[in-house]
Amino acid sequence: MAATETHTGGIGKDVAVYICLLVLAGIQFVIAYQDISASQMFVRMLSVAIIEGGLALLFFMHLSKNRGLMWFVGIFTVAVLIMLQYGWTDSYRLLDGVQWAR
Amino acid sequence: MSQADLSIHGQVSRTGATEVMTAPTFSVPAKKMAMWLFIIADTATFAGCLVAYGFIRNSTPNWPRPFHSITNVALMTFILLTSSLTMLIALRSAQKDDKAGAFRWMMITAVLGILFAILHIREWMGMIGEGATLFHNPWGTPLFSSTFFSITGLHLLHVTGGVVALIAVGISYQGGRYGADDLEVTGLYWHFVDLVWMFVVPLIYLMNLSH
Repeated sequence: MAATETHTGGIGKDVAVYICLLVLAGIQFVIAYQDISASQMFVRMLSVAIIEGGLALLFFMHLSKNRGLMWFVGIFTVAVLIMLQYGWTDSYRLLDGVQWAR
Repeated sequence: MSQADLSIHGQVSRTGATEVMTAPTFSVPAKKMAMWLFIIADTATFAGCLVAYGFIRNSTPNWPRPFHSITNVALMTFILLTSSLTMLIALRSAQKDDKAGAFRWMMITAVLGILFAILHIREWMGMIGEGATLFHNPWGTPLFSSTFFSITGLHLLHVTGGVVALIAVGISYQGGRYGADDLEVTGLYWHFVDLVWMFVVPLIYLMNLSH
Protein backbone atom coordinates (compact mmCIF):
# COMPACT_ATOMS: atom_id res chain seq x y z
CA MET A 1 0.00 0.00 0.00
CA ALA A 2 1.29 3.43 -0.85
CA ALA A 3 2.26 5.63 2.06
CA THR A 4 -0.38 8.17 3.02
CA GLU A 5 0.52 11.80 3.55
CA THR A 6 -0.46 12.85 7.03
CA HIS A 7 -2.09 16.25 6.96
CA THR A 8 -1.19 18.35 9.92
CA GLY A 9 -3.20 21.23 11.34
CA GLY A 10 -5.93 19.22 13.03
CA ILE A 11 -9.67 19.35 12.76
CA GLY A 12 -9.68 22.92 14.12
CA LYS A 13 -8.24 24.27 10.87
CA ASP A 14 -10.75 22.26 8.82
CA VAL A 15 -13.63 23.67 10.85
CA ALA A 16 -12.23 27.22 10.46
CA VAL A 17 -12.05 26.81 6.66
CA TYR A 18 -15.57 25.29 6.68
CA ILE A 19 -16.92 28.33 8.56
CA CYS A 20 -15.12 30.66 6.11
CA LEU A 21 -16.76 28.84 3.22
CA LEU A 22 -20.19 29.10 4.84
CA VAL A 23 -19.67 32.85 5.37
CA LEU A 24 -18.52 33.32 1.76
CA ALA A 25 -21.52 31.34 0.49
CA GLY A 26 -23.70 33.60 2.63
CA ILE A 27 -22.08 36.67 1.03
CA GLN A 28 -23.04 35.31 -2.39
CA PHE A 29 -26.66 35.05 -1.27
CA VAL A 30 -26.53 38.65 0.01
CA ILE A 31 -25.08 39.84 -3.32
CA ALA A 32 -28.00 38.14 -5.10
CA TYR A 33 -30.40 40.58 -3.40
CA GLN A 34 -28.34 43.71 -4.13
CA ASP A 35 -29.83 46.21 -6.55
CA ILE A 36 -26.94 46.18 -9.06
CA SER A 37 -26.51 45.43 -12.75
CA ALA A 38 -26.13 41.82 -13.95
CA SER A 39 -22.50 42.40 -14.95
CA GLN A 40 -21.60 43.84 -11.53
CA MET A 41 -23.39 40.95 -9.85
CA PHE A 42 -21.54 38.48 -12.06
CA VAL A 43 -18.13 39.96 -11.18
CA ARG A 44 -18.85 40.06 -7.44
CA MET A 45 -20.27 36.54 -7.31
CA LEU A 46 -17.50 35.08 -9.42
CA SER A 47 -14.86 36.78 -7.23
CA VAL A 48 -16.37 35.23 -4.09
CA ALA A 49 -16.66 31.84 -5.84
CA ILE A 50 -12.97 31.97 -6.84
CA ILE A 51 -11.98 32.67 -3.21
CA GLU A 52 -14.21 29.79 -2.08
CA GLY A 53 -12.71 27.48 -4.69
CA GLY A 54 -9.18 28.52 -3.70
CA LEU A 55 -9.85 27.75 -0.02
CA ALA A 56 -11.33 24.35 -0.90
CA LEU A 57 -8.39 23.51 -3.16
CA LEU A 58 -5.70 24.64 -0.73
CA PHE A 59 -7.09 23.30 2.54
CA PHE A 60 -9.81 20.71 1.87
CA MET A 61 -7.90 19.13 -1.03
CA HIS A 62 -4.54 19.77 0.69
CA LEU A 63 -2.96 21.38 -2.34
CA SER A 64 -1.09 23.84 -0.08
CA LYS A 65 1.01 20.89 1.16
CA ASN A 66 2.46 20.14 -2.27
CA ARG A 67 3.87 23.16 -4.11
CA GLY A 68 4.81 21.23 -7.26
CA LEU A 69 1.35 19.75 -7.66
CA MET A 70 -0.22 23.11 -6.83
CA TRP A 71 1.64 24.83 -9.69
CA PHE A 72 0.89 21.95 -12.06
CA VAL A 73 -2.85 21.98 -11.32
CA GLY A 74 -2.97 25.79 -11.18
CA ILE A 75 -1.19 26.55 -14.45
CA PHE A 76 -2.93 23.79 -16.38
CA THR A 77 -6.41 24.70 -15.14
CA VAL A 78 -6.00 28.46 -15.53
CA ALA A 79 -4.67 27.98 -19.09
CA VAL A 80 -7.74 25.93 -20.01
CA LEU A 81 -10.08 28.45 -18.36
CA ILE A 82 -8.46 31.36 -20.22
CA MET A 83 -8.71 29.54 -23.55
CA LEU A 84 -12.44 28.99 -22.95
CA GLN A 85 -13.05 32.75 -22.89
CA TYR A 86 -12.40 33.36 -26.58
CA GLY A 87 -16.10 33.37 -27.50
CA TRP A 88 -17.35 36.19 -25.28
CA THR A 89 -17.05 38.92 -27.88
CA ASP A 90 -19.15 36.79 -30.20
CA SER A 91 -21.97 36.64 -27.65
CA TYR A 92 -22.13 40.47 -27.66
CA ARG A 93 -22.15 40.42 -31.47
CA LEU A 94 -25.13 38.04 -31.41
CA LEU A 95 -26.94 40.26 -28.93
CA ASP A 96 -26.64 43.60 -30.73
CA GLY A 97 -24.33 43.11 -33.66
CA VAL A 98 -24.79 42.16 -37.29
CA GLN A 99 -28.21 42.34 -38.89
CA TRP A 100 -28.64 38.64 -39.66
CA ALA A 101 -28.03 37.75 -36.04
CA ARG A 102 -30.83 39.94 -34.70
CA MET B 1 15.20 11.49 -0.78
CA SER B 2 16.84 8.47 0.82
CA GLN B 3 17.00 4.95 -0.59
CA ALA B 4 14.42 3.83 1.96
CA ASP B 5 12.04 6.64 0.99
CA LEU B 6 12.32 5.69 -2.66
CA SER B 7 11.51 2.08 -1.93
CA ILE B 8 8.31 3.23 -0.18
CA HIS B 9 7.13 6.02 -2.48
CA GLY B 10 8.78 5.20 -5.79
CA GLN B 11 8.44 2.66 -8.51
CA VAL B 12 11.38 0.31 -8.75
CA SER B 13 12.39 -1.30 -12.04
CA ARG B 14 15.38 -3.51 -12.74
CA THR B 15 17.28 -3.36 -16.01
CA GLY B 16 20.01 -5.98 -15.98
CA ALA B 17 22.41 -5.36 -13.13
CA THR B 18 21.45 -1.71 -12.78
CA GLU B 19 18.64 -0.73 -10.46
CA VAL B 20 16.73 2.32 -11.62
CA MET B 21 14.56 4.10 -9.11
CA THR B 22 12.05 6.73 -10.09
CA ALA B 23 10.27 8.96 -7.60
CA PRO B 24 6.55 9.44 -8.36
CA THR B 25 5.49 12.69 -10.03
CA PHE B 26 5.35 15.54 -7.49
CA SER B 27 5.90 12.88 -4.77
CA VAL B 28 2.24 11.97 -5.13
CA PRO B 29 1.15 8.30 -5.19
CA ALA B 30 -0.06 7.13 -8.62
CA LYS B 31 -3.78 6.80 -7.76
CA LYS B 32 -3.85 10.24 -6.17
CA MET B 33 -2.15 11.69 -9.25
CA ALA B 34 -4.71 9.91 -11.46
CA MET B 35 -7.51 11.53 -9.46
CA TRP B 36 -5.90 14.96 -9.84
CA LEU B 37 -5.67 14.45 -13.61
CA PHE B 38 -9.34 13.43 -13.67
CA ILE B 39 -10.23 16.53 -11.63
CA ILE B 40 -8.34 18.78 -14.07
CA ALA B 41 -10.18 17.17 -17.01
CA ASP B 42 -13.52 17.44 -15.23
CA THR B 43 -12.81 21.08 -14.41
CA ALA B 44 -12.48 21.70 -18.15
CA THR B 45 -15.82 19.91 -18.71
CA PHE B 46 -17.70 21.98 -16.13
CA ALA B 47 -15.92 25.18 -17.16
CA GLY B 48 -16.90 24.49 -20.78
CA CYS B 49 -20.55 24.04 -19.74
CA LEU B 50 -20.58 27.17 -17.56
CA VAL B 51 -18.87 29.32 -20.20
CA ALA B 52 -21.33 28.06 -22.84
CA TYR B 53 -24.15 28.92 -20.44
CA GLY B 54 -22.67 32.41 -19.94
CA PHE B 55 -22.37 32.85 -23.71
CA ILE B 56 -26.02 31.84 -24.25
CA ARG B 57 -27.27 33.95 -21.34
CA ASN B 58 -25.34 36.99 -22.52
CA SER B 59 -26.52 36.73 -26.11
CA THR B 60 -30.21 36.09 -25.28
CA PRO B 61 -32.39 39.14 -24.63
CA ASN B 62 -34.99 38.87 -21.83
CA TRP B 63 -33.32 35.96 -20.07
CA PRO B 64 -35.86 34.60 -17.53
CA ARG B 65 -35.32 34.89 -13.79
CA PRO B 66 -37.71 32.26 -12.46
CA PHE B 67 -36.32 31.60 -8.97
CA HIS B 68 -38.32 33.24 -6.17
CA SER B 69 -36.78 31.61 -3.13
CA ILE B 70 -33.23 30.76 -2.13
CA THR B 71 -34.20 28.53 0.79
CA ASN B 72 -33.80 25.23 -1.05
CA VAL B 73 -30.51 26.12 -2.76
CA ALA B 74 -29.14 27.57 0.52
CA LEU B 75 -29.99 24.32 2.30
CA MET B 76 -28.39 22.28 -0.49
CA THR B 77 -25.22 24.41 -0.28
CA PHE B 78 -25.08 23.99 3.50
CA ILE B 79 -25.49 20.21 3.19
CA LEU B 80 -22.78 19.87 0.54
CA LEU B 81 -20.30 22.07 2.43
CA THR B 82 -20.97 20.11 5.63
CA SER B 83 -20.41 16.85 3.76
CA SER B 84 -16.92 18.09 2.81
CA LEU B 85 -16.17 18.63 6.50
CA THR B 86 -17.43 15.18 7.47
CA MET B 87 -15.27 13.70 4.69
CA LEU B 88 -12.21 15.45 6.18
CA ILE B 89 -13.09 14.05 9.63
CA ALA B 90 -13.34 10.57 8.06
CA LEU B 91 -9.88 10.97 6.52
CA ARG B 92 -8.33 12.17 9.78
CA SER B 93 -9.90 9.22 11.62
CA ALA B 94 -8.48 6.84 8.99
CA GLN B 95 -5.02 8.39 9.36
CA LYS B 96 -5.25 7.71 13.10
CA ASP B 97 -6.20 4.07 12.33
CA ASP B 98 -9.67 4.66 13.78
CA LYS B 99 -11.46 2.33 11.35
CA ALA B 100 -14.88 2.52 12.97
CA GLY B 101 -14.75 6.32 13.15
CA ALA B 102 -13.59 6.68 9.54
CA PHE B 103 -16.33 4.35 8.30
CA ARG B 104 -18.99 6.14 10.34
CA TRP B 105 -17.99 9.59 9.04
CA MET B 106 -17.83 8.32 5.47
CA MET B 107 -21.35 6.97 5.76
CA ILE B 108 -22.50 10.30 7.24
CA THR B 109 -20.93 12.00 4.19
CA ALA B 110 -22.80 9.58 1.89
CA VAL B 111 -26.10 10.26 3.70
CA LEU B 112 -25.55 14.02 3.28
CA GLY B 113 -24.88 13.40 -0.42
CA ILE B 114 -28.14 11.43 -0.69
CA LEU B 115 -29.98 14.25 1.11
CA PHE B 116 -28.52 16.75 -1.35
CA ALA B 117 -29.65 14.60 -4.30
CA ILE B 118 -33.18 14.26 -2.85
CA LEU B 119 -33.48 18.05 -2.43
CA HIS B 120 -32.14 18.53 -5.95
CA ILE B 121 -34.64 16.10 -7.46
CA ARG B 122 -37.45 17.69 -5.44
CA GLU B 123 -36.51 21.06 -6.92
CA TRP B 124 -36.41 19.56 -10.42
CA MET B 125 -39.86 18.03 -9.93
CA GLY B 126 -41.20 21.41 -8.86
CA MET B 127 -39.82 23.04 -12.01
CA ILE B 128 -41.05 20.22 -14.23
CA GLY B 129 -44.46 20.61 -12.55
CA GLU B 130 -44.49 24.25 -13.65
CA GLY B 131 -43.90 23.16 -17.25
CA ALA B 132 -40.12 23.44 -17.56
CA THR B 133 -38.46 20.61 -19.48
CA LEU B 134 -35.20 20.21 -21.37
CA PHE B 135 -36.82 21.67 -24.51
CA HIS B 136 -39.57 23.87 -23.09
CA ASN B 137 -39.57 26.80 -20.72
CA PRO B 138 -42.81 28.49 -19.59
CA TRP B 139 -40.97 31.70 -18.64
CA GLY B 140 -39.46 32.48 -22.04
CA THR B 141 -36.54 31.14 -24.04
CA PRO B 142 -36.23 27.31 -23.90
CA LEU B 143 -32.46 27.81 -23.69
CA PHE B 144 -32.89 28.57 -19.99
CA SER B 145 -34.34 25.12 -19.21
CA SER B 146 -31.82 23.39 -21.48
CA THR B 147 -28.82 24.94 -19.75
CA PHE B 148 -30.33 24.64 -16.26
CA PHE B 149 -31.16 20.94 -16.52
CA SER B 150 -27.93 20.10 -18.38
CA ILE B 151 -25.55 21.76 -15.92
CA THR B 152 -27.36 20.86 -12.69
CA GLY B 153 -27.95 17.37 -14.13
CA LEU B 154 -24.24 16.91 -14.81
CA HIS B 155 -23.49 17.99 -11.25
CA LEU B 156 -26.18 15.70 -9.83
CA LEU B 157 -24.65 12.84 -11.81
CA HIS B 158 -21.31 13.59 -10.16
CA VAL B 159 -22.93 13.67 -6.71
CA THR B 160 -24.64 10.33 -7.37
CA GLY B 161 -21.36 8.81 -8.55
CA GLY B 162 -19.65 10.24 -5.48
CA VAL B 163 -22.21 8.71 -3.12
CA VAL B 164 -21.75 5.28 -4.75
CA ALA B 165 -17.95 5.68 -4.48
CA LEU B 166 -18.18 6.75 -0.82
CA ILE B 167 -20.28 3.73 0.11
CA ALA B 168 -18.16 1.28 -1.93
CA VAL B 169 -14.82 2.59 -0.65
CA GLY B 170 -16.18 2.87 2.90
CA ILE B 171 -17.30 -0.76 2.93
CA SER B 172 -14.03 -1.93 1.37
CA TYR B 173 -12.05 0.11 3.91
CA GLN B 174 -14.07 -1.44 6.74
CA GLY B 175 -13.33 -4.87 5.27
CA GLY B 176 -9.59 -4.13 5.17
CA ARG B 177 -9.26 -4.11 1.38
CA TYR B 178 -8.66 -0.36 1.13
CA GLY B 179 -6.52 1.97 3.20
CA ALA B 180 -6.48 5.59 4.31
CA ASP B 181 -4.92 6.66 1.00
CA ASP B 182 -7.99 5.32 -0.85
CA LEU B 183 -10.21 7.38 1.42
CA GLU B 184 -8.09 10.41 0.60
CA VAL B 185 -8.49 9.86 -3.15
CA THR B 186 -12.28 9.47 -2.76
CA GLY B 187 -12.29 12.59 -0.59
CA LEU B 188 -10.52 14.57 -3.33
CA TYR B 189 -13.34 13.72 -5.71
CA TRP B 190 -15.98 14.64 -3.14
CA HIS B 191 -14.37 18.03 -2.42
CA PHE B 192 -14.22 18.67 -6.16
CA VAL B 193 -17.98 18.07 -6.45
CA ASP B 194 -18.41 20.60 -3.63
CA LEU B 195 -16.08 23.05 -5.39
CA VAL B 196 -18.08 22.88 -8.63
CA TRP B 197 -21.28 23.63 -6.70
CA MET B 198 -19.69 26.88 -5.45
CA PHE B 199 -19.70 28.08 -9.08
CA VAL B 200 -23.01 26.52 -10.14
CA VAL B 201 -24.99 28.23 -7.34
CA PRO B 202 -24.15 31.87 -8.17
CA LEU B 203 -24.18 31.47 -11.95
CA ILE B 204 -27.22 29.24 -12.39
CA TYR B 205 -29.38 30.05 -9.37
CA LEU B 206 -28.51 33.40 -7.81
CA MET B 207 -28.02 35.27 -11.10
CA ASN B 208 -31.52 34.12 -12.08
CA LEU B 209 -33.26 35.19 -8.88
CA SER B 210 -36.35 37.31 -9.47
CA HIS B 211 -36.38 40.58 -7.53
